[in-house]
Amino acid sequence: MTAPSARDPGLAWLLRPKVKGRLNRARTDEGRLFKGFVLGGASLFFWALIFLIIWRMLLYFRNTQGIGDLLAGKLLGLALLTFLGILLLSNVITSLSTFFLSQDLELLMAAPVDRLKVYGARLVETMVNSSWMVVLLAVPLFLAYGFTYRAGSAFYVLVVGVVVPFLVLPAVTGTALTLMLVNVFPARRTRDLLALVGLFTAAGIMALLRFLRPERLVRPEEFRDLVDFMAVLRTPSSVWLPSEWATSALMSYLNGYFDPFPLLLLLSTAAAFIVGGAWLHQRFHPVGFSRAQEGSHLRQGRVRSRLVERLLMRADSQTRELVVKEVRVFFRDSTQWSQLILLGVLVVVYVYNIKVLPLYTGERVSFLLINTVSFLNLGLAGFVVAAIAARFVFPAMSVEGRMMWLLRSAPLDVRRLFWSKYWVGTIPLLLVSLPLIVVTNLILEVTPFIFVLSTATMAMATFALTALALGFGALYPSYESDNVAEIPTSFGGLLFMMTAVSYLAGVIVLEAWPVYAFLSASFRGEPPRNLVDAPLVLGMAGAATLTALAIVLPLKAGVRRVEELDLL
Amino acid sequence: MVRLDGLTKRYGSFTAVNGIDLAVPRGMIFGFLGPNGAGKTTTIRMMAGALLPTSGRILIAGDDLALQPERAKSRIGYIPDRPYLYEKLSGIEFLRFVAGLWGRGGEATEERAQRFLDLFNLSQWQEELIESYSHGMRQKLLITSALIHQPEVIVVDEPMVGLDPRSARILKDLFRTYVGNGGTVFLSSHTLEVAEVLCDILAIIHEGSIIARGTMEELRAQADSGEAHLEEIFLKVTGGEDAAEIMASLRDGTGA
Repeated sequence: MTAPSARDPGLAWLLRPKVKGRLNRARTDEGRLFKGFVLGGASLFFWALIFLIIWRMLLYFRNTQGIGDLLAGKLLGLALLTFLGILLLSNVITSLSTFFLSQDLELLMAAPVDRLKVYGARLVETMVNSSWMVVLLAVPLFLAYGFTYRAGSAFYVLVVGVVVPFLVLPAVTGTALTLMLVNVFPARRTRDLLALVGLFTAAGIMALLRFLRPERLVRPEEFRDLVDFMAVLRTPSSVWLPSEWATSALMSYLNGYFDPFPLLLLLSTAAAFIVGGAWLHQRFHPVGFSRAQEGSHLRQGRVRSRLVERLLMRADSQTRELVVKEVRVFFRDSTQWSQLILLGVLVVVYVYNIKVLPLYTGERVSFLLINTVSFLNLGLAGFVVAAIAARFVFPAMSVEGRMMWLLRSAPLDVRRLFWSKYWVGTIPLLLVSLPLIVVTNLILEVTPFIFVLSTATMAMATFALTALALGFGALYPSYESDNVAEIPTSFGGLLFMMTAVSYLAGVIVLEAWPVYAFLSASFRGEPPRNLVDAPLVLGMAGAATLTALAIVLPLKAGVRRVEELDLL
Repeated sequence: MVRLDGLTKRYGSFTAVNGIDLAVPRGMIFGFLGPNGAGKTTTIRMMAGALLPTSGRILIAGDDLALQPERAKSRIGYIPDRPYLYEKLSGIEFLRFVAGLWGRGGEATEERAQRFLDLFNLSQWQEELIESYSHGMRQKLLITSALIHQPEVIVVDEPMVGLDPRSARILKDLFRTYVGNGGTVFLSSHTLEVAEVLCDILAIIHEGSIIARGTMEELRAQADSGEAHLEEIFLKVTGGEDAAEIMASLRDGTGA
């Protein structure tokens, strides 16, 4: 037989299945118009919000004689440095699946395709998957700079010229880092390792950024003298960082003296990195890929499992096994449990923010301010709990996707499955939400009334938010998703967050009346009890009814959805 | 033991399973055969409760799967064609989990699990996470999990896929012993040799409808095929003989 005339598939051909797959999914997606409308609306709202905030800040800076442009440059530098950190981390984690663990790699590795083209295609895929969110965030940022400095269309062309190499650099670096790690450890262990390293880094950056209190930059009075302040502003974070080159290129243009050197530095470094990355790929990928096929033999957590089993000794066998399974699977998956570190930092930063609030400005004002802030704190803390529920509870049904054949064929009432997942979600969330509200209330030294009201409301809200997350997660599942962390970023996740925020707003509005009555009575020095009783009962009854609805309705709808599910 | 009454499944305008009626008595191995896309897996998934029928009934020992799902499902052990399992559980933990779902546990279940693990040469791997198992090991674990709760009916889709010859032989013997003790097996397979040797009754499904059913002798009579093997009967009734002509024309075209 004669060999077929082989035409080596190009980069575009290798990317074709991904692009086609996405297009086909979008085309066959039911209710895509509605989803597009909601997603588009939400994106526009956030874009407008970010744009307005940055634009206002830049206008404020520009009115500060002498240091305005320096401040604007510093802000851009900080934003780009943060983006660079996120991009690097995201590329390291994404490249582990695109280069080593993805299921289609076996086919690709078996095909007679030039390895460099595989590298190119996978690099593009890694970069797109890791960077799209940062790019979306950057659009209003650059627009705000363009608007404030009244820059022409050439600025936006320059932005594209700066952003492309800016995205390439962390993509190549992240991919190379992963390649090296996989050559040392098996990929599945590397994933565990990376999840940990990544999260510690992210947590560290988050904590560092917050504890440095960047807001002080706009309050020069906190510096010893003007020279110190100017010195801080003029110092670049590091001349070796691409974020600094990008900032210099853009700010020099906006300030009217365009310096092409930083742009050329960005472009040439990106090109050199691609060449270096390709060489590394040629040299080390085959061995790394082979190692990546090794499995993990780690089994741990016997003590924890036994403890849970003992706690559930009286429960029926189905509930016990479901809960034990949930706990085991969660703690053995490092991409899951390691997120708890980030969560811990989020809580600490939140508490720290409350602690540094400049509330104590005068005695009478303080009383109102502190109690109002602590009441509103309920909404913010509720939002933190909703975000945690989105990350940990929302994917609970989706992760069963491939195992639904077993759960559906077992003599198991779907409601029991939901209840197990509900309690497995609610109890840890209560362990976060209640200390959060109690500690912040203690820091704020609120009155006993606000203390009791906010703690009781937070307990109620936690039950409701878990039910909403579980219900929405079942209504909008991502059964095919391999990456749990991606599930909350889906359309259903967005809908859940919108509903959660609406619920929290509803509760706050309903309780605002009794709180207002209490605060105004206290402010006037009147005994509050008689005034509060009627509004308190009505407000709390309203909030309780809303909570009951927020618990029952999504759970019922979720149960129905799973019962009616057709497993293809 | 198993009865399907007018079982139908439609996806939009496409009918995957078209009003099939079947009755499988206790103590039998029932082979469900058909070409790709004929509706075998759809039928099996409906029987396992993983897929809801558009119309029709499934009765397991008289219990309607739609009206008394838990009672009906408690009698079934289901082995799907794709061995998706909880990657982060060890083999033995997975078996305990499945047993718990069927309300089983304790010493007897542990002993039973150990016997099956020994039988399938999985004992030394039982403490390892499933993510490190090979395809065949997963398949064996899946089979064990379907048997651990002592079901009255085993519903199995392509049981031999991924099994080594030793395990395949064990499974055949296991099914025989199981039906000898009054159990019922409803299996779909592409391996016609296995079906011919193993099954007491067979049915052939094509384009969603049953086109032939009965014992091997009855099928031969229906297909008017003398002493033919199941493969020839299968090709005859499903129109597979046309494929021979196509193959011949391909050979002519390629010179193969």
